Amino acid sequence: MYRIDFNKLRFLICDDNPHMRRILRTLLHSFGAREVYEAEDGATALEMYTHYVPDIVITDWSMPIFDGLELAQMIRQPESKGNPYAPIIMLTGHSEKRRVTVARDAGVTEFLAKPISAKGLYQRIMNVVANPRPFIKTKTYFGPDRRRNTTNTYIGPERRGSGEVEILQQPSLLEKARSAI
Amino acid sequence: MAKDNFKDKPGSIEVKSFGTHHVITQPNPLRKVLLRVPESDLDDPVSRAEKALAGLSGEFKEWMTIEADRLSAAHATVLREGFNDKTREELFRAAHDIKGDAATFGYPSAAAAAESLCRIIEHAPDLAAVPAQLIAHHINAVQAIVRNRTKLDTAVVAGVLSKQLRGIADEFLTHANRDRPEHLEAILAPSIVPGE
Repeated sequence: MYRIDFNKLRFLICDDNPHMRRILRTLLHSFGAREVYEAEDGATALEMYTHYVPDIVITDWSMPIFDGLELAQMIRQPESKGNPYAPIIMLTGHSEKRRVTVARDAGVTEFLAKPISAKGLYQRIMNVVANPRPFIKTKTYFGPDRRRNTTNTYIGPERRGSGEVEILQQPSLLEKARSAI
Repeated sequence: MAKDNFKDKPGSIEVKSFGTHHVITQPNPLRKVLLRVPESDLDDPVSRAEKALAGLSGEFKEWMTIEADRLSAAHATVLREGFNDKTREELFRAAHDIKGDAATFGYPSAAAAAESLCRIIEHAPDLAAVPAQLIAHHINAVQAIVRNRTKLDTAVVAGVLSKQLRGIADEFLTHANRDRPEHLEAILAPSIVPGE
């Protein structure tokens, strides 16, 4: 059985609603987290993201200035100085299929529909900590692998071409991002 | 500040390049926060967090009143100025917050009424053409549910009220979007978000 050592994790939460931020902070502190940074809009969150280099981002969708979707897109810039790989959990009142797909395509790692629960939040955090997915970079997408289903029963057009050409080893961008501070 | 607190040793990223995409993997930077504990370990962080949330519940009534009043204020502005980008956005944002928060605060029927209002704002082809009473009934329902929660018989009434509002709103939206299949599909589609 595995447990998360929360006091070694650094969180950034972004929600324009102060009540929801309070609830999130309460839950994370109860899990054992000590470092929880808060932003009330996407622009502030992006600044804090660069400054504090959080391990996990939890963001609302609808916010002023720029929203959680734009925040995810800005974090998922492969050439940025910051860490483009941090897990992003989108916590939102939006729960329609179209919204989930849009969030996924923006590079969101996990989607958690409000109303929030301690169990739901813990499970999402456990998932991003214990089961990180590889990242995919295409002309139009950079983010966690959107294919969660590993069975071979898929029927439909293949969007990814095959033909493996090369394997490159690169220094960790997370390290690069953190050492730049 | 982050400098002295790095947890990860330098790792390397492996990039597999294919014709149309790259697959990028790196050693899990969060692996070391995973602790193996015996099955007999009694620590339950979820239960601890639920208790902490229950400890906050004394403030929920006040928070919910603030959210409901914000919704009413946004509606008053709409009545005064009509719908424009700013007034629409504020009304939607206030309703959307209640949709997301109210169940946590112990007002699930207020969340349902607010969700119905969000759907109207999001999917009505022309908000100026939405019957003013339809919107007003949603606002009044949220206020009534919040203000009367302590009465014993209100939970059932609130549930029925929200359900009826949703039915009327859906009927209106289905008719108003009969020539807009993409909206019709969104209106009729069930939520697919996984639960807990």
